[in-house]
Amino acid sequence: MKHDVLEKNSILLLICALVVVSIGGIVQIAPLFWVDSTIEKVQGMRPYSPLEQAGRDIYVREGCYTCHSQMIRTLKDEVERYGHYSLAAESMYDHPFQWGSKRTGPDLARVGGKYSDEWHAEHMINPRSVVPESIMPGYPWLAKTKLDYKNIANNMKALRTVGVPYTDEMIANAVQDVEAQVDPDHDEVDALLERYPKAKTANFDNNSELTELDAMIAYLQMLGTLVDFATFDKSGPNLR
Amino acid sequence: MVDTRTEWATFSSLMAILAAIALAILGITLGVGSPSAGMAFHGWVLAAASAAAAYYILTQINAVSAPRSDELVYNDGPIKFATLAAVFWGIAGFVVGDIIAWQLAFPVLNLDLPWTSFGRLRPLHTSAVIFAFGGNVLIATSFYVVQRTCHARLAGVWSPWFVVAGYNLFILIAGTGYLLGFTDGKEYAEPVWYADLWLTVVWVAYLLVFLATLWRRKEPHIYVANWFYLAFIVTVAMLHIVNNLAVPVSLWEPKSYIVFAGVQDAMTQWWYGHNAVGFFLTAGFLGIMYYFIPKRVERPVYSYRLSIVHFWSLIFLYIWAGPHHLHYTALPDWTQNLGMTFSIILWMPSWGGMINGLMTLSGAWDKLRTDPVVRLLVVSVAFYGMATFEGPVMSIKAVNSLSHYTDWTIGHVHSGALGWVAMVSFGAIYCLVPWLWKRKALYSIRLVEWHFWISTIGILLYITSMWVSGIMQGLMWRAYDSLGFLSYSFVETVEAMHPYYVIRAIGGLLFVFGSFIMVYNIWRTIRGDESVDAADQPRVAAPPEMRLKPAE
Repeated sequence: MKHDVLEKNSILLLICALVVVSIGGIVQIAPLFWVDSTIEKVQGMRPYSPLEQAGRDIYVREGCYTCHSQMIRTLKDEVERYGHYSLAAESMYDHPFQWGSKRTGPDLARVGGKYSDEWHAEHMINPRSVVPESIMPGYPWLAKTKLDYKNIANNMKALRTVGVPYTDEMIANAVQDVEAQVDPDHDEVDALLERYPKAKTANFDNNSELTELDAMIAYLQMLGTLVDFATFDKSGPNLR
Repeated sequence: MVDTRTEWATFSSLMAILAAIALAILGITLGVGSPSAGMAFHGWVLAAASAAAAYYILTQINAVSAPRSDELVYNDGPIKFATLAAVFWGIAGFVVGDIIAWQLAFPVLNLDLPWTSFGRLRPLHTSAVIFAFGGNVLIATSFYVVQRTCHARLAGVWSPWFVVAGYNLFILIAGTGYLLGFTDGKEYAEPVWYADLWLTVVWVAYLLVFLATLWRRKEPHIYVANWFYLAFIVTVAMLHIVNNLAVPVSLWEPKSYIVFAGVQDAMTQWWYGHNAVGFFLTAGFLGIMYYFIPKRVERPVYSYRLSIVHFWSLIFLYIWAGPHHLHYTALPDWTQNLGMTFSIILWMPSWGGMINGLMTLSGAWDKLRTDPVVRLLVVSVAFYGMATFEGPVMSIKAVNSLSHYTDWTIGHVHSGALGWVAMVSFGAIYCLVPWLWKRKALYSIRLVEWHFWISTIGILLYITSMWVSGIMQGLMWRAYDSLGFLSYSFVETVEAMHPYYVIRAIGGLLFVFGSFIMVYNIWRTIRGDESVDAADQPRVAAPPEMRLKPAE
């Protein structure tokens, strides 16, 4: 075929270009939705608790992903520094994913449980008070801003629409679950843990107000803690 | 006799006013109704912009008369607007970029305030330079090139204006949103759902104006630059729509959740992200290369056949390269390997295009010495060649295991962004300003010389410091001591970066300084000041109708 035909017909040129640029995406993206081994079968994954999800929304809002990855690669030094390499299953409820592309700060995929709540609170307010060489910005306003969580059920409903398996019960109890998670003496803590196993309950920022900092620390403290690696088998159906 | 063309223009104006009123009502509704103060502010911005547009169109309703059918008058108003917008946003984007570079060297500069912290300013920087600066350059040059190469006036009476004004409204809404913390949290796709929807509308209008202008062409062939512009417009539409699919929490709030999750979201994001580079920052700017280099050096494109091969192979291969951003992650290996393979193959069409651009200077290499605008254009293509060699190298998994997550990537991006995209844009702007404003020459070609050298030194400082810091940090992360323990804590590697961050910020400052020289130069040119060195400028510095005939 002579190229003339395309050069003289804009619609034909447009259609051919569109077909040519569509192929790569279709081949690389579409199979990820149906090839079974793409997301490993693991024990322990659950949707974020309402407080953790609120913290995650703040993490996204403040652009933490511009400096922190949440993706431990399958490299020896990374596994030694950060822990077991990240599984696709561990971000299966992440809308959007926050794997990141730059480590100006360390990876956070398994930061949960590595530091105390007090350390996190200090660190978020003034990073250099606990890590003198740090170049992280301070986030003092998180400790002063009350968490806006009265309508958090609406966020969970939107997340359910995009595929996160929140039950009616989880959505109905969203506000109560937020309050229970920052108060270990709350009457509904057991119900919270029933719905969200392994959720950490604490007054995270050691302040009587329920602030954005509580949500942020609740999120950081659960990162990478859900999957039970004792029962994870990387062979068989999980081999890819 | 009723002039149907004038009637049509008046009808178009009335429809445009109706559309603007409808948008103003939508804006007021959002402004009054949204519980989110930021979204309400955006509603009022939309209302004010629409009302201003309606008023402006009303004042022009009798002035708009289509030219008689036998004369061709190009529609350069929207191009002038987009050119000035490009310069304005370019400065803004470069300055914010340098501010965040200093923040990384001296964190106190984050000021402990939400609106000035790195996490919010960094998306502001990337979007300002890619979409605001780059996007306006692309709209301006594509509208210029498509008219000249088709010998046809831009299609539509108000549609080209809608494209440039609507696009800049998108920039304003997205940019102010970032400062308020409105983000989708996906790199280079941060604008929230309603900004995304607005951009979709504007982008479809852009495609239609471009296509309809092609349909009016007097030339049977569509010129090669327009193939690249067309592929850029249609591919960016595809990428933008798919990657931003989201469900808003409510129609009155900026918050939404992306429909994809985890690994699928990662793959979709980097399919988008790498092709924002491939189509926005490469294909579109190759359109600039294919028009402005031949025009400026007055030589035909080196090889017609090479341009065909270049075009089809580039657009086919680029789209596969996304997974190289996800090596050794939880993305399945088969996808990573496909991404790596195609990224390496991509080296070939990239260099084919570079050769086609550079060899266009055959027989005119002396212009590299005598015309700094040519030097900007040609050095940009050289940087393009360097970046498109470095890219495939970094996509090799073994190399990527070292380079990924480090400043090497940042340096690589900037050799493309500063060296290629910005330099070719500066070259095109220096061509366009006298051509559009009908000036015999630039105010000063010597200032272009200064701009060229200051920016080039800035870029070299930037790239080299990021090579050193990136490779060093990558090596420190994986260093073991003799007992088999990791040698360095993370924060020790952060500390080691400090001198390089200072050098990088100085390089950025030089680049910013150079761009201010450009602002001064084009401001004096547009104002109509007598050129101080017109005799040193080539005849093509003047618009075509004001040029001296070449010496016999």
